[in-house]
Amino acid sequence: MKCQQCDRQATFHITDLIDGKPSELHLCEECAHTFLSPSGEDTADVTPGIAGMLAQHLAVGETADQLAKLDQRACPVCGITFLEFRKQGRLGCAHDYSFFADELEPLLLNIHDQVHHIGKVPKRCSQGAGQQTQLIRLRRDMKEAIASENYEQASEIRDQIREIEGRDQSTESSDESS
Amino acid sequence: MHLDDLASSSGEWLRGSGPESDIVISSRIRLARNLADFPFISRAPEADRDEIEKILHGRTSALQESGKVPENAIYVNVGDLEDVDRQFLVERQLISREHAESQGARAVMIDESERFSVMINEEDHLRVQVMHSGFDLTSAWEQVNELDDLFEDQVTYAYSEKLGYLTACPTNVGTGLRVSVMLHLPALVITRQIEKVFKSLQKINLAVRGLYGEGSQAMGDFYQVSNQITLGLTEEELTQKVADVVPVMIDYERQAREFLIRESHETLHDRVSRAFGILRTAQTISSEETMHLLSSVRMGINLGLIGELEIPTVNKLFIHTQPAHLQKLSGIELDKSDRNIERATYLRRQLNTDKSGDPNNN
Repeated sequence: MKCQQCDRQATFHITDLIDGKPSELHLCEECAHTFLSPSGEDTADVTPGIAGMLAQHLAVGETADQLAKLDQRACPVCGITFLEFRKQGRLGCAHDYSFFADELEPLLLNIHDQVHHIGKVPKRCSQGAGQQTQLIRLRRDMKEAIASENYEQASEIRDQIREIEGRDQSTESSDESS
Repeated sequence: MHLDDLASSSGEWLRGSGPESDIVISSRIRLARNLADFPFISRAPEADRDEIEKILHGRTSALQESGKVPENAIYVNVGDLEDVDRQFLVERQLISREHAESQGARAVMIDESERFSVMINEEDHLRVQVMHSGFDLTSAWEQVNELDDLFEDQVTYAYSEKLGYLTACPTNVGTGLRVSVMLHLPALVITRQIEKVFKSLQKINLAVRGLYGEGSQAMGDFYQVSNQITLGLTEEELTQKVADVVPVMIDYERQAREFLIRESHETLHDRVSRAFGILRTAQTISSEETMHLLSSVRMGINLGLIGELEIPTVNKLFIHTQPAHLQKLSGIELDKSDRNIERATYLRRQLNTDKSGDPNNN
């Protein structure tokens, strides 16, 4: 089947809602990309391999609306949106792997054929993912507090950070950084 | 040790003495790791990047002080370097091009033998790399694993029970392991079989790329085979996948060389001798032509067609005739046309006087 917007082979079959009625679209990869990207976003710098693969997975059975919504979801820890990840091909923090878990799973399967790690396990695991992300968030909050000259709040946050770091790195002084 | 000291030497991995070193140049393994309590580099504000660098610098110094990494290893802030020095480290395979060209706090630690390097704030917070001469993946894995353990004793890595080590790019998640073996395959290129080899490797999820060029257009006929998958297999299994295929490639290359010797001995001998002749007499020569001719000479030595030169010398010339190396060795900044003249001068000096084959004889 040919792409409805150019002469290339249509590899994307998208159901879109136009005036409340479903409408079938058949597009090639490039036209699908243009169609699926929220307007005003430059997609020229999309990392081709990963973004292409991702777009392919996402396009199946997703409407443009759903996709646009998905793209706008932002990780509460690092603030990256799924669209930004699709453009750069790089995630923003460790929490993204859980926050975008559903979206990443097909991508991981495509790359690795597997979604379960069976290799090396670090001897010292962090005290759960919650604590790691808490530190990232607290540092960001502290920076914002300093920027808005709310020094009292900043110092409270700093104490919280130190407390967590102290718990986590009980064998090692973490004060080189302060 | 100082960065400039590296320029005149040539690194352990180029000594050309490891197993199968007529065809296999080096075996390299790297691990990608991130600290649990910082965002990945692309979302890390400058202050975080500074802090990550500071923490990891502290840890590398501690390892050095405790004698776990050699005392003479150097720690270099990549951002503070001149462009030519950054380029020099890329040519030497001690840092990636991305690491050289990015912004913000970033560093590399290199040991004197250049067997390992540790990149800080590249795509991931920490990238530990070990590089050995010849086909030697087993000990490269042991060494990199040991280094990883040493860091792990002191920092908490981003890790999930399900997905393993968490990396900035999902293509590295799981083990964070990249195993790369660099091979010199001139006979497969001459006999036009290289594409066929590529295709069969891709089928078993291994990637092949040219060392200095892009895609199949490899300068100097150097190709790198590496694993594409990093998740769902153990580090040993992933290493073994690459280790299994290398002897097959070596065998193909040897067969192609034997075929050339048998079927077109004169043509091959002529090609090798002309290459050697040009390198010894040229007055100006580009980097591309140098690589191309050195490749023929290197194969000629291995086939006994050139007697007065040794492999480590040729290995060294591949690196020392690269743009940044030439400038470091001559001590002056050179534009492209001056580099071509300097390169020819350097090659004449090396190839007409250096009969001893001593790689450190400049």
